[in-house]
Amino acid sequence: MAQPPKAFQQVIDDFAFADRQERIEMLIEYADRFEEVPERIATRPFPEEHHVQKCESDAYVWAEDLPDGTLKFHFAVENPQGLSAKAWAVILDETLSGQPLEEVAAVPCDSVFTVFGKEVSMGKGMGLMGIADMVTAFARQRLAARKSPA
Amino acid sequence: MADIEARGYAHPEVLVSTDWVARHLDDPSIRIIESNEDPLLYPSGHIPGAVQVDWAADLNDPLRRDYLDRAGFEKLASRIGITPETTVVFYGDKNNWWACYAFWVFQLFGHKNAKIMDGGRLKWEKEGRPLVREVPTYPPTQYQAPERDDSRIRIFRDEVLKKLGTGVKLVDVRSPQEYSGERTHMPEYPQEGVLRGGHIPGARNVPWARAANPEDGTFKSAAELKAIYEQEQGLSPSDEVIAYCRIGERSSHTWFVLTYLLGYPNVRNYDGSWTEWGNSVGVPIER
Repeated sequence: MAQPPKAFQQVIDDFAFADRQERIEMLIEYADRFEEVPERIATRPFPEEHHVQKCESDAYVWAEDLPDGTLKFHFAVENPQGLSAKAWAVILDETLSGQPLEEVAAVPCDSVFTVFGKEVSMGKGMGLMGIADMVTAFARQRLAARKSPA
Repeated sequence: MADIEARGYAHPEVLVSTDWVARHLDDPSIRIIESNEDPLLYPSGHIPGAVQVDWAADLNDPLRRDYLDRAGFEKLASRIGITPETTVVFYGDKNNWWACYAFWVFQLFGHKNAKIMDGGRLKWEKEGRPLVREVPTYPPTQYQAPERDDSRIRIFRDEVLKKLGTGVKLVDVRSPQEYSGERTHMPEYPQEGVLRGGHIPGARNVPWARAANPEDGTFKSAAELKAIYEQEQGLSPSDEVIAYCRIGERSSHTWFVLTYLLGYPNVRNYDGSWTEWGNSVGVPIER
């Protein structure tokens, strides 16, 4: 059974030991590094199949195939106040893009609760899990396609 | 949206515009207070000079299900550098939902000079006004608060129970799915542990956010609000009204609207709300 990428696990561990203030500061640093999906991948209006269900921040996820068979993840967050979604998108991109697909598929979506802690108890948990869900689903799709070539 | 004064409110002085706030940023008699649901918003940028009051960390008792007591309120007031004379202006995310909640808690301690910035964070941001990350500090103050008054604008379960059938008007401000009992939590919010779904018998359902304009978070005009609460739901200013939701936060928004914008003198917030009622043994429920 594959484990999530080490870089991802490292970030989760960092958050697990952060207090409320540190957690907020770390999340804002991540959110500050957010870059929207480049135009070569997608332009508005974004297609509905990339839209994360149940996300109040109106998030979208894309997976770009890299030459080595791994994926580069791209995101859009349409709600300008969707800082949590942006921070989470940066964490996922920085730790999962370019990683072996088996490891990406092994990421547990409920890691959201370690990263966001109690702060997520109202509202955002479902949407953030939905973002992670879509990322891992892209990895699973590619793995399945490899096993049964069309 | 028309100017606040032109919207026909009973007490227009409780609302200030983003313009007004922008003109009073350096006024020492005024303290701007941000209250949000999302804890990342204030540290990521706020109105210059604004302090943060957090609904969970500052306004709730850390142990019991209750609000802070007099000593806690005095400590909070000292931290944000206000005296009983300071005009506090609340604003926040989600159509000022949490700002109204903070406003309501401040009224439990009778802080008279309190206002809401119409449109909240959303309108300020949409207008491209400045947001800063610097957290201001103000010299601590001495604030002598009265004991918390739970009788005027707050109501407890047993009193709600006694009032049933006496002509009291209950306003359930939750979503239609929560009101009908189809759900016991807000759509897209996690389940927070209520055993029974439905509503308090006789309650009308007016989701709280209907009082706000979604595009900029401002409050609807008095005429639009009357169309909802009076023509559609049959409330009138002489009614005794009890508003409730799930834990008493969304209903503080409706309390604010009915009390200040429509001038109803007798509105109370049942903050025990559905998480108390729906878990209570033997209380009547309607579906």
